[in-house]
Amino acid sequence: MAERFLMKGNEALAEAAIQAGCRHFFGYPITPQTELAAYMSKKMPKIGGTYLQAESEIAAANMVLGASAAGVRAMTSSSSPGISLKTEAISYMAGSDVPALIINVQRGGPGLGGIQPSQADYWQATRALGHGDFHILVFAPATVQEMVNLVSTAFDLGDKYRMPAMILADGMLGQMMEPVELPEATETQAAPKTWAVDGHEFKRERNVVNSLYLTPNDLESRVKARFERYENIKQTEQRAEEYLTDDADIVVVAYGASARVAHSAVDLARAQGIKAGMVRPITLWPFPTNIVQKVAKTAKQFLCVEMSMGQMIDDVKLSINCSKPVNFYGRTGGIIPTPAEICEEIKILEGAK
Amino acid sequence: MAIVFDRPKSLLDVTLSYCPGCTHGIVHRLVAEVMDELDIQGKTVGVAPVGCAVMAYDFFACDMIQAPHGRAPAVATGIKRAKPDNIVFTYQGDGDLAAIGTAETIHAATRGENITIIFINNAIYGMTGGQMAPTTLPNQVTQTTPYGRDVDSAGYPIRVCELLSTLDGVALAQRVSVDSVKNVNLAKKAIKKGFQNQIDKKGFSIIEVVSTCPTNWGLTPVEAVKWLQENMLPYYPLGVYKDGEKGDRLK
Amino acid sequence: MSLNMVIAGFGGQGILFAGKIVAYSGLIDGKEISWLPSYGPEMRGGTANCSICISDKAIGSPLVTTPNVFIAMNGPSFDKFINSVEPGGIVIVESSLINKKVERDDVKVSYVPASALAEENGLKGLANIILIGKLFKEFGFSSEEALYKAVEKCVPAKKAHLIEANKKALELGMNS
Repeated sequence: MAERFLMKGNEALAEAAIQAGCRHFFGYPITPQTELAAYMSKKMPKIGGTYLQAESEIAAANMVLGASAAGVRAMTSSSSPGISLKTEAISYMAGSDVPALIINVQRGGPGLGGIQPSQADYWQATRALGHGDFHILVFAPATVQEMVNLVSTAFDLGDKYRMPAMILADGMLGQMMEPVELPEATETQAAPKTWAVDGHEFKRERNVVNSLYLTPNDLESRVKARFERYENIKQTEQRAEEYLTDDADIVVVAYGASARVAHSAVDLARAQGIKAGMVRPITLWPFPTNIVQKVAKTAKQFLCVEMSMGQMIDDVKLSINCSKPVNFYGRTGGIIPTPAEICEEIKILEGAK
Repeated sequence: MAIVFDRPKSLLDVTLSYCPGCTHGIVHRLVAEVMDELDIQGKTVGVAPVGCAVMAYDFFACDMIQAPHGRAPAVATGIKRAKPDNIVFTYQGDGDLAAIGTAETIHAATRGENITIIFINNAIYGMTGGQMAPTTLPNQVTQTTPYGRDVDSAGYPIRVCELLSTLDGVALAQRVSVDSVKNVNLAKKAIKKGFQNQIDKKGFSIIEVVSTCPTNWGLTPVEAVKWLQENMLPYYPLGVYKDGEKGDRLK
Repeated sequence: MSLNMVIAGFGGQGILFAGKIVAYSGLIDGKEISWLPSYGPEMRGGTANCSICISDKAIGSPLVTTPNVFIAMNGPSFDKFINSVEPGGIVIVESSLINKKVERDDVKVSYVPASALAEENGLKGLANIILIGKLFKEFGFSSEEALYKAVEKCVPAKKAHLIEANKKALELGMNS
């Protein structure tokens, strides 16, 4: 077993990216992801990598577009208001089939919002991370160890499907320390990026990385081809964790930080004789529809717990076609709910049946 | 019979999308000739802007990428940092470079990013049909300055080379034009120096080409060249604003 | 028994560092642990606090809202958290800086004049570690060996000369 040591979530994300072969980081300071960029600025020069503090989030994301298009593993990180600025480049990446890793250590919004942990960017991440018809892969870790593990997954799947991938974390996960084991640094087995723009050297046809198709039929067929790929991803890449769902009457659905709190709440409810369980989505896009559907066969009702006004709840309802009641409990603005208040909600719902 | 004039190999054998009399064609040819003469096509990556030159990716024979509006210097930075041995250039118009992309331009310059920028200044937004550009002259009529650019309301034009020449990351900031045979030759020399600087790792090079837009200026190509000489060149004097290497003034 | 601890005080008192030593002690013992700091502008000169959990099971919420251990290093933090402590919990008060008494009678309270003790013993700036020593005596959150190892692990290499002083501060706290 590798040595376990304590690492802040933000630093663990950075180290995991380095271990996954990323040598190009472009960022812009924002709380609460600061430690990630600071870690990169310390490490990258020593391993022949690039740390570049850009003039804006817009520029940083476009630098990632350039570096990824040239064939390297590149990434950027930010928090909610900064992610909004990166959406321009992310849409271009999606439209040009360029992979990249984007990390969002979410804080409260809208506007400048606050700096405390939040999950209010779910819709943005899964529905509209920029203009146009597209999706990106979205991963939601709930522990520092899982942050480490999902970084390499995100890079690998981004490369495999030629699309941007996001780690949707939050201020709590970014700031907290937990024990982690770092994987052995592995050479990436990714297929050669024959599409990259890095000079044809007269050995191949020239490459063009582009998202402009002025003929509507061309653009439609490009988008349709991309959606066929998305359909395949939906079938094969859904991930979620189940907890005590086998006999559960009420199933909590929660991801990331709120899943940790909900996990404690489920334990509290069980201790009081309530048959509670939990589904924790690990991929938010693709949403783990299959697991939620399976659980819906036995569960009597659902409770979505989010640090927002209720965003993921839409996907839970869509997954089961509203065949069972889907309730909501959330705190927003930077407030982390307590296990006790979630347990109370579970009790009310189970009593109110 | 000996061939004395031919299409440069770095320019693809396709019909350019530019309007008749537009000087983009000349500048494209100069860039392609320079790529041929320096024998760098195989390792060059060009960055196309948003604007009339958006489809430059269809015209140059090297690898190409199309960037979001104004972000070409950031995209070029990413490519160059990822692959320092590649030659990276952007080809941008005035709206792209000096309005929406001002921050990207200035910061790529001040970082001394080892890239080459070809900047077409024709004082108007061509692609969208002739709106005011950051370089539109005082009193110049455009679609969005129908009474002429009122400097009290719309402010003054930006002189990009003068502005960038103050930055220590800049190796070359030179303003040229292609309004005469003599100036075409000078422009080619400047473009060649801009690429050579990159090969020599001297820092950021920008070549501003004062250009025409006969369509949106509402003039014939010949009248447009005359208008350029009488109106543009007095405000945007041709010349070298910085020529050296990054950081040389600090030594 | 699981530790669910809050330590709170002014920025600059070493709140986060003290929490880190507790967390590392648990880690060295092979336990599950979490360490969650407050962050943002309040860290710059205002109040700082830190939640630490040590458990045999995976940690659920790392944000401790009903601590079973609370270390108060200044008045505002004392006021903020004292009523959230679990009945039967342990409270350690830095009595050089807090001249209030705990009015609750359902918690076990120790008053330690840590800053004064540090000053008297040439350990200026180590009041936080003295309080961790006291906590160790009141609530053995780890093995003693792990605690001393944690100090060695947490003191940065540049300040290695301070390891002995930190250990001395721990002992002082244990015996206070």
